[in-house]
Amino acid sequence: MLSVENLQVNYGAIRALHGISLKVEQGEVVTLIGCNGAGKTTTLRAISGIVKSSGGTVKYEGRDITRVKPHELVRLGIAHSPEGRGVFANMTVEENLDLGAYARHDHSEIAKDREKGLSLFPRLRERYKQLAGTLSGGEQQMLAMARALMARPRMLLLDEPSLGLAPQVVQTIFQIIREINAAGTTILLVEQNAHMALKVAHRAYVLEVGEIAMEGDAQKLAASDEVRKAYLGVG
Amino acid sequence: MASLQDRANLVPQSPLAAAWRVFWPLALALVVGVLMQHQVRTNIDAYSSKQILDVGIAIILAVSLTIVNGFTGQFSIGHAGFLAVGGYVAGSITYYGSFALFGSAGATLGTMSGLYGAKEGAAFVTGGEGLFLFALLAGGLVAALLGVVVGLPSLRLRGDYLAIVTLGFGEIVRVLIQQTPQVLMSKDAIAAAKPLAVPLSVGGSLGFGNVPKYTSLFWVYAAVVLTLIFAYRLKQSSTGRAMLSIREDEIAAEAMGVKTTYYKVWGFAIAAFFAGIAGGLYAHTIGISLSPVDAGFQKSFDIIIMVVLGGLGSISGAAIAAAIVTYLPELLRTPDTLMKFAVVGVPMLVIGGALLAMAGKPDQGPGKKRGHDPRAFPRAVIGLGVIITGLSILAFVAKRFGINLSDYRLILFALALIVMMITRPQGLLGVRELWDGALYRPLRDFFTARRHKGGTA
Repeated sequence: MLSVENLQVNYGAIRALHGISLKVEQGEVVTLIGCNGAGKTTTLRAISGIVKSSGGTVKYEGRDITRVKPHELVRLGIAHSPEGRGVFANMTVEENLDLGAYARHDHSEIAKDREKGLSLFPRLRERYKQLAGTLSGGEQQMLAMARALMARPRMLLLDEPSLGLAPQVVQTIFQIIREINAAGTTILLVEQNAHMALKVAHRAYVLEVGEIAMEGDAQKLAASDEVRKAYLGVG
Repeated sequence: MASLQDRANLVPQSPLAAAWRVFWPLALALVVGVLMQHQVRTNIDAYSSKQILDVGIAIILAVSLTIVNGFTGQFSIGHAGFLAVGGYVAGSITYYGSFALFGSAGATLGTMSGLYGAKEGAAFVTGGEGLFLFALLAGGLVAALLGVVVGLPSLRLRGDYLAIVTLGFGEIVRVLIQQTPQVLMSKDAIAAAKPLAVPLSVGGSLGFGNVPKYTSLFWVYAAVVLTLIFAYRLKQSSTGRAMLSIREDEIAAEAMGVKTTYYKVWGFAIAAFFAGIAGGLYAHTIGISLSPVDAGFQKSFDIIIMVVLGGLGSISGAAIAAAIVTYLPELLRTPDTLMKFAVVGVPMLVIGGALLAMAGKPDQGPGKKRGHDPRAFPRAVIGLGVIITGLSILAFVAKRFGINLSDYRLILFALALIVMMITRPQGLLGVRELWDGALYRPLRDFFTARRHKGGTA
């Protein structure tokens, strides 16, 4: 569904991505794990066009989207839930969700998707008329995900949904990620929390200083010595 | 803000309703303008008329800058550049246009024009007023076009970089105007000059004071009404919502499918248009000699002060702050007036407090009544009370020691800004509007003529 070939990104003279290749198949949850500064977020941003890549190609459903502008990507069915949540703090939950459907014009379908989103995240229904800036971190993360889903994406790019959240909330979030995937949305998940990410994902890529160090079946990776040592803090 | 769902439930507009939507703001603008010209102006002295006129122009400027700095969250500090462009374009059109059409540069005032009104027996409308209206619109459009030209390359930048570019823009306008040749004072001089050079002869650093003086409370307040309604509707529209989302988080907005550069340029152009209109009104005001300084940083900064004091993103806040920032220095000029003002201030205090308190929290909608913050009203009253008492004490002291407070008004403004940033960094109203309060809802619904089929979620 999504295939990235030899993707490179430079920040000035510094090369952040040295040529990344990865594939996401329809219906999968694929996770990209790695330490701080490994280039996870950069990869996601390069895919969605927020950061300009300096080499390589990104293909989505057979179509080259390397140079497609980020706002056009939504219309192709890729939604990006950015790192640090990026909710519109001075707008209500409702308005945030409306903006998630900004690229769509099928009002009755939007209303259905809003209902779906609210049943997926019941907390958001409680906070419906509240300003997003007044929500807790976990609620804001839920809002960011619900908002991304409002675009009715076939593919969801999720950047660090567990960032700064309490373990309990992280559990909930990952449970919901599973549900979203079960409902048919393909997910590319960037995570520092390798433990949780490998549990949810089908396949995984391990990123180390701008390069793919390992890849494979998520469960196998979780069992491998290297990953256990470096990312799971075991052994 | 009406949700998309509200919009989906709206009964499709009939042509009649659509026409009404265009008609009532124009009608309201006319009514307010006529009232200002024939009821207000005739009951106050010339000095007060001029102050009220200045307040009106300031409101247009502040509200227009709110669209850039407040809605899209881009920090422009060259807004006066657009004011000057609009003013000079409009002034040049009426001045040289009057020579071409009527043979002299004098204003042909109708009953609605001129700060001090027209002479007895003036025509209801005159050709000169038509030229004036055309010039205003032309000034606004040229400014808007320039807004696009400046905005297209620069609005790809974010934050501070944009501010620097806009600062440069204002200075370029100022210097370019300084280089213009002197005003051609007679028909012969115009005939002798090269045709293309004529409209550019706007006086350079000497200023351009001969513009026919059409501007009146009618024109200014009609424009104020239209500007306010436009800004209000923009904020409610999906375009406005896209702009606000850019302010909140540009990356997220882009990820939602909002064309950020497009909306930033749009916001810039719209703001430039209204600043251009304000410039045109300013240029045609009695006692004003348009000069390159009007494009300078000082002027831009005055407008920014209004927007920041009022609350970045708040139309009503910007309008209130514009009135305060424009009127206060005049009050400071005459301590006696200020003391009188303190007496009148008590009822104002209560009304103002009520207004501010009602701005309250945003409407929580049906089913989820959160009510008002009970502290909002006392707080607003105390806040205003402190300000008015402080000003009165200041006036008293100034009178006692024979100090001319208006000499120190810039210091007072700087102090006010500092105090404001410490005690209430979000400005008077923050991002809220007076009409966000639930108590205003019936009024709002009436004016926006929203009719719903069903309930909302």
